[in-house]
Amino acid sequence: MPKRTDIQSILIIGSGPIVIGQACEFDYSGTQACRVLKEEGYRVILANSNPATIMTDPDFADRTYIEPLTVEVLAKIIEREKPDAVLPTLGGQTGLNLAMELFHAGLVGVPGTPELIGANAESIETAENREKFKQAMIEIGLDVPPSGTAHNMEEAMEVVARIGLPIIIRPAYILGGRGTGMAATMEEFVKAAAHGLDASPVSEILIETSIAGWKEYELEVMRDRNDNCVIVCSIENFDPMGVHTGDSITVAPAQTLTDVEYQKMRDAAFACLRRVGVETGGSNVQFALNPENGHMVVIEMNPRVSRSSALASKATGFPIAKIAARLAVGYTLDEIPNDITKMTPASFEPSIDYVVTKIPRWAFEKLPGTSGILGTQMQSVGEAMAIGRTFPESFQKGLRSLENGRLGLNCDPAEKQYDALDDAELLRLCNVPTPERPFHLGEALRRGMSVDTINAATKVDVWFLDQMLMIVEERAHLATLGFSAMTKRDWKRAKRLGFSDPQLGYLFGVDELDVRKARLDVGVKATFKTVDTCAAEFAAQTPYHYSTYEDTDEVQPSDGKKVIILGSGPNRIGQGIEFDYCCVHASFALRDAGYETIMINCNPETVSTDYDTSSRLYFEPLTREDVLNVIEAENPIGIVVSLGGQTPLKLAGLLPQNLIVGTSPESIDRAEDRELWNVLCNQLNIPQPAGGTAVTVDEALAITDQIGFPVLVRPSYVLGGRGMRIVNDRDELVSAMSELIGFGALGKEGGLSAERPVLIDRFLEDATEVDVDALRDATGEVVIGGVMEHVEEAGVHSGDSACAIPPPTLQPWVIEVIEHYATSIAHALDVKGLINIQFAVRGNQVNVIEANPRASRTVPFVAKATGVPLAKIASRIMLGATLQQLREEGLLKPPVTGHTSVKEAVLPFNRFPAVDPALGPEMRSTGEVMGIDITFGLAFAKSQAASYSALPTDGSLFISLKDRDKPAGIIVAKRFRERGLKIIATKGTAAYLARFGFDVDRTLSKLSDNEGTSAVDLIASGEITFIVNTPSGSGGRSDGSHIRTAAVVHRVSCVTTVEAALAAAQGMAEAAATPMTVRSLQEFHGL
Amino acid sequence: MIREALLVLSDGEVFEGEAIGAEMSVAAGEVVFNTVLSGYQEVITDPSYAGQIITFTTPHIGNYGVNLTDFESRRIFCRGVIVREMARRRSNWRATADLNDMLIAYGIPGIGGIDTRRLTRHIRDTGAIPGAFGTADESTLRAAALVEPGTDGVDLVAQVTTSQPYTLGSGTLRIIAYDFGIKHTILRHLSEYGEVTVVPARTGAVDVLALKPDGVFLSNGPGDPAMSPCAVDAIRELVEAGMPTFGICLGHQLLCRALGGETFKLPFGHHGGNHPVQQVSSGKVEITSQNHNFCVDPSSLDGRIEVTHLNLNDHTNEGMRVNGANAFSVQYHPEAGPGPHDSQYLFDQFARLMASAKGRSGFTRNSMTGYETPGLPTIELGVAG
Repeated sequence: MPKRTDIQSILIIGSGPIVIGQACEFDYSGTQACRVLKEEGYRVILANSNPATIMTDPDFADRTYIEPLTVEVLAKIIEREKPDAVLPTLGGQTGLNLAMELFHAGLVGVPGTPELIGANAESIETAENREKFKQAMIEIGLDVPPSGTAHNMEEAMEVVARIGLPIIIRPAYILGGRGTGMAATMEEFVKAAAHGLDASPVSEILIETSIAGWKEYELEVMRDRNDNCVIVCSIENFDPMGVHTGDSITVAPAQTLTDVEYQKMRDAAFACLRRVGVETGGSNVQFALNPENGHMVVIEMNPRVSRSSALASKATGFPIAKIAARLAVGYTLDEIPNDITKMTPASFEPSIDYVVTKIPRWAFEKLPGTSGILGTQMQSVGEAMAIGRTFPESFQKGLRSLENGRLGLNCDPAEKQYDALDDAELLRLCNVPTPERPFHLGEALRRGMSVDTINAATKVDVWFLDQMLMIVEERAHLATLGFSAMTKRDWKRAKRLGFSDPQLGYLFGVDELDVRKARLDVGVKATFKTVDTCAAEFAAQTPYHYSTYEDTDEVQPSDGKKVIILGSGPNRIGQGIEFDYCCVHASFALRDAGYETIMINCNPETVSTDYDTSSRLYFEPLTREDVLNVIEAENPIGIVVSLGGQTPLKLAGLLPQNLIVGTSPESIDRAEDRELWNVLCNQLNIPQPAGGTAVTVDEALAITDQIGFPVLVRPSYVLGGRGMRIVNDRDELVSAMSELIGFGALGKEGGLSAERPVLIDRFLEDATEVDVDALRDATGEVVIGGVMEHVEEAGVHSGDSACAIPPPTLQPWVIEVIEHYATSIAHALDVKGLINIQFAVRGNQVNVIEANPRASRTVPFVAKATGVPLAKIASRIMLGATLQQLREEGLLKPPVTGHTSVKEAVLPFNRFPAVDPALGPEMRSTGEVMGIDITFGLAFAKSQAASYSALPTDGSLFISLKDRDKPAGIIVAKRFRERGLKIIATKGTAAYLARFGFDVDRTLSKLSDNEGTSAVDLIASGEITFIVNTPSGSGGRSDGSHIRTAAVVHRVSCVTTVEAALAAAQGMAEAAATPMTVRSLQEFHGL
Repeated sequence: MIREALLVLSDGEVFEGEAIGAEMSVAAGEVVFNTVLSGYQEVITDPSYAGQIITFTTPHIGNYGVNLTDFESRRIFCRGVIVREMARRRSNWRATADLNDMLIAYGIPGIGGIDTRRLTRHIRDTGAIPGAFGTADESTLRAAALVEPGTDGVDLVAQVTTSQPYTLGSGTLRIIAYDFGIKHTILRHLSEYGEVTVVPARTGAVDVLALKPDGVFLSNGPGDPAMSPCAVDAIRELVEAGMPTFGICLGHQLLCRALGGETFKLPFGHHGGNHPVQQVSSGKVEITSQNHNFCVDPSSLDGRIEVTHLNLNDHTNEGMRVNGANAFSVQYHPEAGPGPHDSQYLFDQFARLMASAKGRSGFTRNSMTGYETPGLPTIELGVAG
């Protein structure tokens, strides 16, 4: 059946901001879908609030709405654009949930409204409702873990009597896994059930037989409207059941299933899709298998593309989202050609001849108060994928791709930390799923604990453990051989097991480059193989490669002008999709300009690792060794290191210097090295806060003796304010320094050394922070891309702060000063490409805080706000183009004005209820949204709605301020009262306001006083609808932190700065006065 | 201890590896590849691989061990296996032995550590190619590769077929199954529908008709269909007698030749578990298990057959129905073992054909219990679990 001609326009719902569990993978799938549907001639309308995505580039859709993803907004878009169909399966859970809300509101999926394609309301409901799904599976003869619901202890006892122990308890309608518990004895059960009932606001718990320790599998399925079904990929989890699959190490294809079991699982997956009613598209189905007897149960399914489908696409070369989009418009699998072989159709099941390992990356170090233990709730913020011919090779490549200071499976300096553990403690740790577990397992094997002992303790499959044991045994063997005795065969065996040169260097006590030279001298070099969907059965042209140590290399020689772009590796807080956006744009721009682009990256979620994005894709770890391998294979004319964040920048100094294009590594160093930077600022006469650098506690104290407190303390060469904090006195300084000194020993980012000291600067209180992104070319022309005024005061990390273009409060002449300083700094650093500079404006004085001659997190936001594609222009400048040339080409146009754009951060605190959500100098947001409108107030209101904390229209404002903020508090209280909110305050704040003639509506005592109704109670009851709470400095868990936590749990907007409160009041006022309108980016940009 | 070994192809290509499985200084055969991700035990024990050395494109082989029920024949007929990585430790509740131990027990040598992707790409260009591997020196292996005849023009069926008839299953339908190298999974399927008598490949039509069967099944098997002329004669007589007939793989090719059609050798054959086959009548796509080097030329049967199935990768013939007769056949493996279950409806189709020829409106089907079929020859693994 060919494509449908009865529909002409399609609305795609994106997934919104990056949050834990929903990351770049939906930009990858959404971008593919937009491309394909446009190619097919449909009019594509896109709604997504996330400006950092490629999909929201105006080129990818006919109409791009960067608007809040709410039913109200989507209704307006539908009314305005009148799409024939809505495709909800490419925008993650957000897309599906919105589709259901639109359906229930009668706006889609019913006669006279746009049709839902890809998945209908009934199938979404069947898949998403736990109880309905279980019933459906039982109906078709598949097993599910036995379970029952209970509303009181009596019912709970009945359920447990029926299903037996051990069980897992999941309270209904809770956030962040609160009240979830496991029980293996009746005593534990009674406690866990009571706790769960208590945690659930509706006193309802699901009691389910625990299958923790079972083997976990996932199948990626595609189905077309002719009922053709294929499995794209099977995935086996390294971590047994009990750890969320997003937090598990996973391996493709499945390794320990007989064909009999695999085919049974395949049949079950198809039956599941058919019963749920997924008519077309991709879905994943998760299974658990009892390792003792093969008993298989269905865990869940997602009737949409997902994180694992992105992984499966990258793992096999089968582009699930692209094909799902085509299936949604009526094609069948056999009508779609396999992109990779070109000759064969998409109606097949990929066969792969390598092993793919995905390893998550977490950010617990940024979230103090979290246990760091993995469980049924996903907590990771990113992931790395590695391809090797065997599991040991791909596993070790995956571990070194994480960039967490480890070189592979131990055999590195960080392994020394295990020396302090005795065997019993080590085995206990092996059984606790944490980010450290693989390394603990490796160490346990090295100490000679048997595979069976470890398997009994951890349930990690013996096959995986034995494969790890091969690595461990090889290491011991290599150690007995010694560096000078290594033969070609020895080198080859070690490299085939995935040992990195730095690991071998550590083992032999020689430099990594000596290892490299020694093995290359005997002819052991990386060979590159191709990802081709068919295990080499057919010829494939797709230039998608991975390194391994085999006989032959498959990279085709080419004589084009080749440029390597280094990507940004796994997502982490501080380095995410924004940098991938920049790398992708560089690839697009340079390809357009006639270069062959070569992408190196190891993040399976991203658009950069789509084999369509660049001329060639190398799915490799971003380490010196792996990048040098590609350089040797490709002979590029240049390497772009300044667009992928800190990851490629850190590599810049380790690569052939003549190949680095753009701003020179020396200039990068001048901006990063405090002494050189001070000299530069002094020469330019640009004021900056007093400060210095320190490696030891004493050095740090010497600096504060001179400059006084408070100070801002931060390690050099890190991104996202890792380890950054505001320190108010000597004691705090000593503890901050000790912690930073400890980082290096733990193998974490940010360890201190003479080359990487701590920066200590006087902190400017009450200053306004301003970010500038600018471009400079080799002729010395500078173009200011955007001047962004932060909503939160200086001291809140720029990544966590809302900001606006154009600056809403800065005087025009202050902006001119800022632009002038930015230009001088760009000249002084001889920037060729992008530079980001941060300023703090106090009174009328502009202080420079820091400069980074590279792409910043704000580049995509500025590009969407102004219509100027900064990253594309920067990449061209790096390869020698001038701004004038690019102007003539039409790539550089004057910025679009006439509207205000607000970027707001999205924070992960609902996943981590134990963490105080107060903002500070360490970045903790995972993503961002953008609001665009004609005024700052309206744009700010949109940005709040888009970040799921819409401004209230009624209820009460709760206000509690630190002394310094109290004067401004009067204004805040007045503004909110004007908006019709009642004002509730703490005693101290109320008394202060009363002195100025402002009487609050209600006064509350402190939580610690434990008398009467507390703010937490009123937040829970819904009476308080907006909170202004400015933290009173550090210390223990104060009232403020309880209030902010309650706000997160009950999803009440909470701002922690006066500035944000005033911005909110302005937004509320303007939103009340003007009906909300939606407008596409194409209209804003005048396209 | 590692035993270094070499693989040498008849065109001189050399691969370095290490010996696995049974000890042998020289093993020779026709080198082919298979792209299945799971199912190595079924593949290795499939009689259709008689005379061949199987290269697995999946790097890790042996991970889930071997068990007593996933055998496809009474012994192993392939000449050897080539892998990238042989598991040294298995993990699966069904396993009773390691794959490597099974190879040793059956005297099957192998070679590990091979860049199987390089080898596969090579075979993709040269076609299935004679080769030799083992611990012998390169010139010995080269000589062995050069004298290896391959599978063209060799009667391999005679080597694998049963010497005596045997019967399994029970029920109202009586099926005669020609054993050209029949897989046990096929017998498991057939015995769901009735009593199955397996007969040697050279059994004549008269002897088959004397057993008064309701239908005749033509099995899979190794090698060149042109090398079994006497089976071709028997099939012709049976089809002309109106006997309900169903053929799989070699059975499909032999049916073609019985109708006077031609078969030819594919460049490197189809060996995998992921080939898309389209049902011509409905347009539906089945993902199929395939293992053949030879292929039916439907144009040589113009007017005598209806093409029922097509391979979507290379558009070669995958199935046919004989006009004016009760016979149909497919090139691929609907029984799976290993492979997808998408095409198992064909066994029902065969049962329907037999029932209607008998004047009945339907058939009954016993459910396959577990994985074993009572009555199949017992497999002795001969190694400790």
